[in-house]
Amino acid sequence: MASDAHKNNANVIEITGLRYRRGEKHIFDGLNVEIPRGKVTAIMGPSGTGKTTLLRIMTGQALPDRGRVIVDGKNVPHLSTDELFELRKQMGFLFQNGALFTDYSVFENVAFPLREHTRLPESLIRHIVLMKLQAVGLRGAFNLMPAELSGGMARRVALARAIALDPKIIFYDEPFTGLDPISMGVIVRLIRVLNDSLGLTSIIVSHDVEEVSSVSDQSYLISDGKVVAYGTPKELEENKSAWVRQFMKGLSDGPVPFHYPAPDIGVQLLDGESN
Amino acid sequence: MGLLREMYYIVLGILEMLGATGLFLIHLIRYTPQALRRPSLIFQQVFNIGAMSLVLIMVSGLFVGMVLGLQGYNTLSKYASTAALGTLVALSLLRELGPVITALLYSGRAGTALTSEIGLMKATEQLGGMEMMAVDPVRRIVVPRFIAGVISMPLLVGIFNAVGLLGGYLVGVKLMHVDMGSFWAQIHTHVDLREDFMSGFIKSIVFGIATTLIAVFEGYYAQPTAEGVSRATTRTVVNSALAVLALDYLLTAVMF
Repeated sequence: MASDAHKNNANVIEITGLRYRRGEKHIFDGLNVEIPRGKVTAIMGPSGTGKTTLLRIMTGQALPDRGRVIVDGKNVPHLSTDELFELRKQMGFLFQNGALFTDYSVFENVAFPLREHTRLPESLIRHIVLMKLQAVGLRGAFNLMPAELSGGMARRVALARAIALDPKIIFYDEPFTGLDPISMGVIVRLIRVLNDSLGLTSIIVSHDVEEVSSVSDQSYLISDGKVVAYGTPKELEENKSAWVRQFMKGLSDGPVPFHYPAPDIGVQLLDGESN
Repeated sequence: MGLLREMYYIVLGILEMLGATGLFLIHLIRYTPQALRRPSLIFQQVFNIGAMSLVLIMVSGLFVGMVLGLQGYNTLSKYASTAALGTLVALSLLRELGPVITALLYSGRAGTALTSEIGLMKATEQLGGMEMMAVDPVRRIVVPRFIAGVISMPLLVGIFNAVGLLGGYLVGVKLMHVDMGSFWAQIHTHVDLREDFMSGFIKSIVFGIATTLIAVFEGYYAQPTAEGVSRATTRTVVNSALAVLALDYLLTAVMF
């Protein structure tokens, strides 16, 4: 029991024996993942391996077929809606596209969770919102509308909104996709700074090896529904496995073939009926 | 056999949709008391849904009333009973045309706006984002809009009827020189508050529930793609029109 308690304390998230199917396809089959408290953990893998699905399972947006998903001591798939919402107040989630409310200004977007979940006076809400915007460097943009923001700015506003309620855990879904190098650098820095200064646990889902390696404390590499490798960025860099090397170095051919499985090219070209 | 099977699936599909819509309605009604505690959200939507439809409703009401006045005058003058024009216009509007036409216009103006707004919020992950912030989009977005629609419809019908009567008055009294006294006196004598006014009022509430329910249902369950939202918007107009006309027959059969 004592070791159990200690284990729970060390890991914010523990996933054991996760199985998840979509149609006939097994997305995960016996996946085990542990996310240590206070660290930045990355979940990497090629597109279509279900990284985002894994985030959705951790946050209760998707239900697994089998397996335990313990988040902050609670088994997520077994929670009622109210219990799940209670748990989510401890979570921040950064969507790939920001998912800002397009009809609300930047200020109202960040104020939204505060207005919904607290009864703070307007003056205090104003202070908190401006402080959160200051943390992401966008205090000056408080009265802009989401349509007036660049992609990178929108993501920073979404980040300010995600930390508005001072969560314990923050999830980033592909935070680096589609950003210019400067915005990318800003997000990388913010992930690290916010994690350490607010005492968060950060989970990043991404396939941008370089950026992830610069910010994460350790990474999981997932492919075909299983963990292929786990370790610090340096350990993964030095990993001997051909698959890990192909992924980390971005080689076009290797254990993951360049070609999608297909019949012989001669046969397919000569056979006019074939699709 | 093929035709029979196809019909079986069509009927099954319709029943399934009716069932899903009914369940959604129960869901909305359950959260209504909670939503009433935040009236500001509802008032805002009454403005978006109701007030923004006012010009359309008033202009349409005026023309419908004017047409009623003209057609009524032409027919009644054959029997030398143009004095009854007021009754004809008032009863047509209160019992049938007011609620039905307002509901059809409403589903085209406000229903489509509701469907596409909620559908697009879903497609752009705004509803998902809300859920991740531990806010239930049904309670926060859908229920206030539903209540606002149910509040707006009887008000819009009332305004449509009033402007329609004015239209009938303008054509009948000002243009065709029907006696003003008999125009209003006939209305006063022959329009029954319970029978005519209340039945129209009940119709407007039922139509308000039906059209708004269809609009928010289609938006909330739209496929989260551009094509999905456009299809849902079309379904809102088509299904609302069918629902309004079918319900109108049912209610008329029951109440008169």
